[in-house]
Amino acid sequence: MEELSKRVLAGDIRAASRLIRNLEDQIPDTYVAIKELFTATGNSHIVGITGAPGAGKSTLIDELIAAYRKKEKTVGVLAVDPTSPFTGGAILGDRIRMLRHAEDSGVFVRSLATRGSMGGLSKAVGEAIHVVEASGKEKVIVETCGVGQQEVDIINHAHTVVVVLVPGMGDDVQAIKAGLMEIADIFVINKADRDGANKLYQELLNIASLSRNGDTASSEQWTIPVMKVESIAEPLKFAESVNLLCDKIEEHYQYLVKSKLLSNRLRRKTTAELNEALWGSILQPILQELNDGGEMESMVEKLVNKEIDPYTLAEQVAQRYVKK
Amino acid sequence: MRKIRVLLAKPGLDGHDRGAKVLARCFRDAGFEVIYTGCHQTSEQIAAIAIQEDVDLVGLSCLSGAHKYLFPEVARLLQERDAEDIIVIGGGIIPEQDMPALYEAGLKAIFTPGTKLDAIVEWINTNVKPEA
Amino acid sequence: MFTKELLDQNDPLRKKWEDEVKRSVAKHADQKENWTTVSDLDIKRIYGPDDVKNMDFANDIAYPGQFPFLRGNQPTGYRGKYWTFRMFSGMGTAVETNERWHYLLSTGQTGLSTAFDFPTLMGYDTDSPKARGECGKCGVAIDTLDDFNDLIKGIPLDKISTSMTINPPATVLWAMYCAAAERQGVPLNTISGTIQNDILKEFIAQKTLMCPPEPSVKLISDTIEFGTKYVPKWNTISISGYHIREAGSTAAQELAFTLRDGIEYVEDAINRKGLQVDQFASRLSFFFNSHIDFFEEIAKLRAARRIWAKVMRDRFGAKDPRSCWMRFHTQTAGCSLTAQQPYNNVIRTAVEALAAVLGGTQSLHTNSLDEVLCLPSEHAVQIAVRTQQILAEETGVANTIDPLAGSYFVESLTNEMEEKAWEYIHKIDDMGGMIAAIEKGYPQMEISDAAYKFQRQIDAQEKTMIGVNKYVEANEKVDIPMVAIDEAVEEQQLKRLAEVKRKRDNRKVKECLKDLAGACKKGDNVMPYCIEAVKSYATVQEICDVYREVYGEYRDPGIF
Repeated sequence: MEELSKRVLAGDIRAASRLIRNLEDQIPDTYVAIKELFTATGNSHIVGITGAPGAGKSTLIDELIAAYRKKEKTVGVLAVDPTSPFTGGAILGDRIRMLRHAEDSGVFVRSLATRGSMGGLSKAVGEAIHVVEASGKEKVIVETCGVGQQEVDIINHAHTVVVVLVPGMGDDVQAIKAGLMEIADIFVINKADRDGANKLYQELLNIASLSRNGDTASSEQWTIPVMKVESIAEPLKFAESVNLLCDKIEEHYQYLVKSKLLSNRLRRKTTAELNEALWGSILQPILQELNDGGEMESMVEKLVNKEIDPYTLAEQVAQRYVKK
Repeated sequence: MRKIRVLLAKPGLDGHDRGAKVLARCFRDAGFEVIYTGCHQTSEQIAAIAIQEDVDLVGLSCLSGAHKYLFPEVARLLQERDAEDIIVIGGGIIPEQDMPALYEAGLKAIFTPGTKLDAIVEWINTNVKPEA
Repeated sequence: MFTKELLDQNDPLRKKWEDEVKRSVAKHADQKENWTTVSDLDIKRIYGPDDVKNMDFANDIAYPGQFPFLRGNQPTGYRGKYWTFRMFSGMGTAVETNERWHYLLSTGQTGLSTAFDFPTLMGYDTDSPKARGECGKCGVAIDTLDDFNDLIKGIPLDKISTSMTINPPATVLWAMYCAAAERQGVPLNTISGTIQNDILKEFIAQKTLMCPPEPSVKLISDTIEFGTKYVPKWNTISISGYHIREAGSTAAQELAFTLRDGIEYVEDAINRKGLQVDQFASRLSFFFNSHIDFFEEIAKLRAARRIWAKVMRDRFGAKDPRSCWMRFHTQTAGCSLTAQQPYNNVIRTAVEALAAVLGGTQSLHTNSLDEVLCLPSEHAVQIAVRTQQILAEETGVANTIDPLAGSYFVESLTNEMEEKAWEYIHKIDDMGGMIAAIEKGYPQMEISDAAYKFQRQIDAQEKTMIGVNKYVEANEKVDIPMVAIDEAVEEQQLKRLAEVKRKRDNRKVKECLKDLAGACKKGDNVMPYCIEAVKSYATVQEICDVYREVYGEYRDPGIF
């Protein structure tokens, strides 16, 4: 594992991809590699792109990558697609829209499946972000599949959250989940040539003006912009509007840096990661011992027979392990 | 146990993607994670993507007769980039007389018209064992 | 359609039959439960007058040459002229293909049809890095007018019609044909043929793609306009369902998507070019698949005629009856053929060809028995041509027009096909048209679903493919001559292309390309500029690069 993490830090893409795979497949001891990489992260700008399926996120990201490359930034992309709940397999089809960058060594695109996690972004994705950062990509774009809790959870992983909507796709603002409206740092109306674009624009402007995106305590507020992106059927106009979006994302990054809010966003995630690690270091081994030694079974038996209550049992276990 | 990751790609200019699309669904139904990159891929793109995605298997489909050049190219590029552990298989309109050269170039299996989907899945489950 | 008397006779007889069936099936069950077409349409055990009693004879059936042209366009049928025996062919260099074309003409085929190699189909030259390994492999390699002149050597362009299966680069290849005709001294208003030139089905199925939908459709309207004015005997589009079917669609989807594509093109020609429908509609042509389910295909083709006639008259207000004719070429289904026991393919092709003829096709290509394995050998292609000739001259099916009309089954199935097609057409209308539907991925997903379903059915033996999942020969040794294209062809073509590029007036080429780019930007008709460019020996790719530059390149989103 250490070997792997060394290669990741050296910028070896296959190693980074393999490490992400280890996280996905939950290979034991993968945390050893994360140990090596963690302190090397924190220098990248993490951008979350979310929105309903069919909103055109992948095509947008493809052009965004081009815009970043023009600015000579290196880019990593984590494209997340749903795992079939019936078969456990997945078709990861986001990257097909980003093919022109396949041979650019400054771009690393990695497709991931949700692998069943519906309550937010999977742990693997959360840690994969660290891996991509550690491999040296200055911009890390996380594309989430836009269903369920995942859309909203992105706010815990990204500095800048871009919410993409398309007119006439039932994206009536009333129909959109409240959570999604609250997490946006930037709204994008994609395929803005379609009917209903102006109505959506006005509605989003209203929401944007009312919304507080959680970064209180800052003297400078971020005004949530609503940006229109033209249809890809007119490639030049499309590229132009995405360039403007790129600039706006950069602006948000600068805003976070200036108002010293950069690390705020990720506090919750970092706290969760710490809790997770503590659990792994402290509780997990204890539970393992209890299980292995058979004590867990006998405790459950006692509870089933109502001989004792779970809290007392826990206190007894704690007595043995916790040194005060 | 690792999940099997597969890259399904159509190298060259051939746009007949019925088979590739059917296979993508089939693989998903078999529990694999499939990255499908569509038609009109160059061998360089395919090799680059295979490495970025750390796939176990690359499936190439070609019906235009250009497999003789394109399939070995992909295998060669993977070897060049220290990724010869990635298994390469092919399918499409491949005459029997062309197969020895393809095996020589490093392909591990070739599936021609009339092959049952289950046979392909079985082959993969038997022969593709991602390291634990 | 029937008198009350007849129906009164029918009902008790039918009831009697149904009772008999019940008794018989109780003793001896049917071999299987489901009896469907290959497209999963349920077929009844029998059809009778009551299945078609609501039809109106004069408005729904009538006679050939009468609206809605269900029974055909020409009053004389095949007695006036057999369908054209038109074999799709192309291989290696233009010289080799020309040889094959002369061979085919000597066997008795009556029209030419061009298969191009992939670089040409995609608008690339042999020397493009993208073309490596592809030159001449599945069709003829054409880079410049020099190649094209070789292709049509000894072919009298005033006497024979030529079809060219080419889509995004259609303007270029048609320009070459026009230039070659001029060189032969044949005036443009006498040449006849077809360019496939149907970009919508590329987005849906065939995937030879270049530019985004909107400018692609503009180029098509350019050809329609140019043809209307200067090349009146040329079919500037062959609105195709063949490829949609080969990609795995059902018969109804093939029918519906093809016709809806046609509607989109007609709308564009009218709206963008201001043409009157009667000016160009008679030069629209279609191209269908003839698949293995015999009656489904016949019903599909008949329904196509009736639907199109209604579309042209009612939706577009066509006044000229010729605008309402559906003229189509048919190809027997490649995807129904097997690599196993390939001689069986001769029978499949024969049955499919018969369906096409009973469906009233104007032109027919029959696949060779080695279709799944390689390019057709001379012997195999001869059998394919003979198949058509035997049908025409031995079997008697050409003696009478639309022989299956009035059949309770065929008329009922034709109605059903029409109904299903209208459902799809209206659905796509509601989506905002075909281009909108394509952007939403609708036809692509329908086709993908159907293709996957079919494969699963074959694997589960719910549908049969003899040699593949039934009556399989273990350890089969396939012993037929395999046509292969030598790697030397690519080297040869590269040398030749380099030679042409050296000898031509490169300044003139640059000028022509610049003029073409200007015309594209201004929205002018590109054809005259294309013709000038090909005459200066600009290459296929050089001209297509202009389109890519001005209109942008289309990236296939891989919907499935």
